[in-house]
Amino acid sequence: MVGPGPAPLENANPLIYRRSGERPVTARDEDEELPDAIDDREIFDLIRSINDPEHPLTLEELNVVEQVRVKVNDAESTVSVEFTPTIPHCSMATLIGLSIKVKLLRSLPERFKLDVHITPGTHVSEHAVNKQLADKERVAAALENSHLLEVVNQCLSARS
Amino acid sequence: MPEALSLLCRVPAHPESRCWALAWSPGGALLASCGGDRAVRVWGRAGSSWTCRAVLGDGHQRTVRRVAWSPCGSYLASASFDGTTCIWKRQEDGFECVATLEGHENEVKSVAWAPSGSLLATCSRDKSVWVWEVDEEEEYECVSVLNAHTQDVKHVVWHPSQELLASASYDDTVRLYREEEDDWVCCATLEGHDSTVWAVAFDKEGERLASVSDDRTLRVWRRYHPGNKEGVACSGTDPTWKCVCTLSGYHSRTIYDVSWCHLTGALATACGDDAIRVFEESPTSEEAQPTFSLTTHVPRAHSQDVNGVAWNPKEPGLLASCSDDGDIAFWKYQSPEGC
Repeated sequence: MVGPGPAPLENANPLIYRRSGERPVTARDEDEELPDAIDDREIFDLIRSINDPEHPLTLEELNVVEQVRVKVNDAESTVSVEFTPTIPHCSMATLIGLSIKVKLLRSLPERFKLDVHITPGTHVSEHAVNKQLADKERVAAALENSHLLEVVNQCLSARS
Repeated sequence: MPEALSLLCRVPAHPESRCWALAWSPGGALLASCGGDRAVRVWGRAGSSWTCRAVLGDGHQRTVRRVAWSPCGSYLASASFDGTTCIWKRQEDGFECVATLEGHENEVKSVAWAPSGSLLATCSRDKSVWVWEVDEEEEYECVSVLNAHTQDVKHVVWHPSQELLASASYDDTVRLYREEEDDWVCCATLEGHDSTVWAVAFDKEGERLASVSDDRTLRVWRRYHPGNKEGVACSGTDPTWKCVCTLSGYHSRTIYDVSWCHLTGALATACGDDAIRVFEESPTSEEAQPTFSLTTHVPRAHSQDVNGVAWNPKEPGLLASCSDDGDIAFWKYQSPEGC
């Protein structure tokens, strides 16, 4: 799907955004009797610390992912995430989208339908990247490629 | 809507994995399945349930995407993401891999046998369709590489009686091929879908073709021969395939597979919204503008995406389906009253 670019950095000086605080715990969360539906914030917490493939920064710090662009419907088992590449020609867009997808595939119950899209109007190859990310057969094949899987896992690994 | 599709039995066919595709043997007694666990399994009926008769586990290094039986039922072909297609010969006590077809640059997505049994087609992520010839000694030789598609080719199927091949692609088109002076040529391009075409199926006579897509529609295409009374233009001696019906608004996500029953004429679809749907042609349907109506919708047929549907070739109404949840399900379809 994507190769790792031997890199001169595409976007050498990205804007860096402030991280959001911890999720506030509500009384409802603490009530063990009540069912906990998965909400936007929970999904955002899963993806905000994914590493950017070329900067030592998270997707949240680069504003690639934002909580307002996460839409969850627990009852209908759907999750939709829009992500915004830092520049419109970003060659890493597919890899970033794939990392978000893999993180959610690994974290969420299997009943969820995941849609990962580029924020409309923010990338020159928006349609092509969206189509590739939506093709589960190509995603499955990509994840059987050990080299690519290693790159994705690097994006998903917690930084020390 | 009455319960037109009733569940007969559910089998965890490829546990901890996904089941990608199904194929009935020509006699209808055996069902082959394949999946992300790199295995092919062959199922046979045991009373009211179905049991695994053989596991073909050592042929492929990666996901097995599709399987196909030869028309005689003695061979099974499996297409894999490892770039190869294996040919398995049925023995008294199981299946033996007798040939491995190599040549595609990457994932092989589908495989199909021609009705004569002497030709085989494969297609791949490398955008090509290959036609292979089988000789008396069970040797397979590639006789043509077809590069008509501009993207990943998802599915290949042969016409039920003629040496006419159809392929469906990520480039949103369906293409048809026939032999011409010792080579194979693309003789038609079916344009209309707005996204990936995942699968195609011919009707019994082979005059119509159904295609399903990521655009959430099912389309029915009809063949018009040169000099047809409807006046559909043909270029040269090749027939024109024209879309005569589009079923939209029925599927809420990608449609991954379609099966057109050659016994009853019912069309079944496998959808990414976990549902199975069955459509039948209306009795008042017109040839040039056929109408199909939804006769069955099973919303949670599986707990995840449905990847494959297949009508049994001998027993009318027996439908098998498979899913990302790893299961195969067997269903009995009863055409509702008045349809």
